[in-house]
Amino acid sequence: MGKLHLEVVTPEKVMVSQEVDIVVAPGTMGEFGVLEGHVPFLSGIEPGELRFASGNQTERFLVTTGFSEVFDNKVSVLVDAAEKTTEIDLERARKAMERARERLAKDRGGEDIDFLRAEAALKRAMVRIRISEKIN
Amino acid sequence: MATLNDIKIKIGAVKKTRQITKAMNMVAAAKLRGAQMRMESFEPYATKFAEVLGNLASRIEPDIHPLLVKKEKISRVELLHFTSDKGLCGSFNSNLINRAEKWMNQEKDNGVDIGLTAVGKRGRDYFKKRGYDLIGSHINVYGSVDISFVNQISRGIIDRYLADEVDGVYMIYSRFISMGRQVPTLVKLLPIEPPVAEDEEASGADAEYLCEPDPEGLMIELLPKHINVQIYNAFLQNETSEHAARMAAMDNASRNCDDLVESLTLAYNKARQAAVTAELMDIVGGAAALKG
Repeated sequence: MGKLHLEVVTPEKVMVSQEVDIVVAPGTMGEFGVLEGHVPFLSGIEPGELRFASGNQTERFLVTTGFSEVFDNKVSVLVDAAEKTTEIDLERARKAMERARERLAKDRGGEDIDFLRAEAALKRAMVRIRISEKIN
Repeated sequence: MATLNDIKIKIGAVKKTRQITKAMNMVAAAKLRGAQMRMESFEPYATKFAEVLGNLASRIEPDIHPLLVKKEKISRVELLHFTSDKGLCGSFNSNLINRAEKWMNQEKDNGVDIGLTAVGKRGRDYFKKRGYDLIGSHINVYGSVDISFVNQISRGIIDRYLADEVDGVYMIYSRFISMGRQVPTLVKLLPIEPPVAEDEEASGADAEYLCEPDPEGLMIELLPKHINVQIYNAFLQNETSEHAARMAAMDNASRNCDDLVESLTLAYNKARQAAVTAELMDIVGGAAALKG
């Protein structure tokens, strides 16, 4: 099977840059997989799990929002933040979820920025928890 | 003429000053390394982002998003102005402020109101004291800037723009060119000038991309991020420039201290020699008088 080059880039640093067999990423319209020879492709990225496999090794990353480009067997994923799922701090994520829930309960239904921000925080925390519970 | 003791005290003082400037020089050098590293690690992200955005822009209608549309009447614009929080960095801050004032005067002559958002204490204090119209300020944020903080700033800017509170947004920051050169730079943030697609043949941009959602949807997601990228870049550049400017300024100051110590030591030795000679003359004169 042919190889793809995957790059996961955040504003702070290049998280991943290596040859892989397959990439599965959380797109705006659902999860998508990329193999060698994929057509040029652009997609938004939603908070979720990014997987890629090389040989029989699979690695998982948690990513936040961003977008990705597939071109000429190169996959570039640009996200605000990414971390290895094994390095997720479950305790912190739980606390963040609690905080976000509280805030949401306080001013339910408001369309203001705080509400939207809390909602986004809740979403992130839930993704973290879901993913890290799955692997442990 | 200063007495021996006065000169001695002065030499001591200058030496102490030199210790401080030397220490600050080294601190600035260490911080500069950190800032420069952050700047370099942002590079891949920024480059890729510009590439994709340019690619998308070439394939959509330029007026699909309000952030792309020029407003017809411009009566008030916002300036995001960067300075440092601390002084002792040569003409770094005054260059930035001069640049801003020159530009603001120009705009005012055209009948445009200006609201300022000041990043950095130096600029904020300056503009506040002189009664400029401050929309907001961010103090002591360098070093702890991350993308979510930048997100907040840019969201504020975009909200104000969409609510017609301002009709354009610009920023002035110091661009880091080299250790010896940092240039205050004016950049237009909003409305977004449609990014120019690079040479299509060269980049292979004419390859048909499959887009999810559609190109328009993607563009709408990317545009606010485009502002983020630019502001984040300004933060990094400005911080790096600040440390480079401080390093140069402190290096100069240390050298001036050296010169000062040298000339003071010379004066001290001269004065001492004069005193010794005078005393000797006295003794010789006294002895001669006794003999006589």
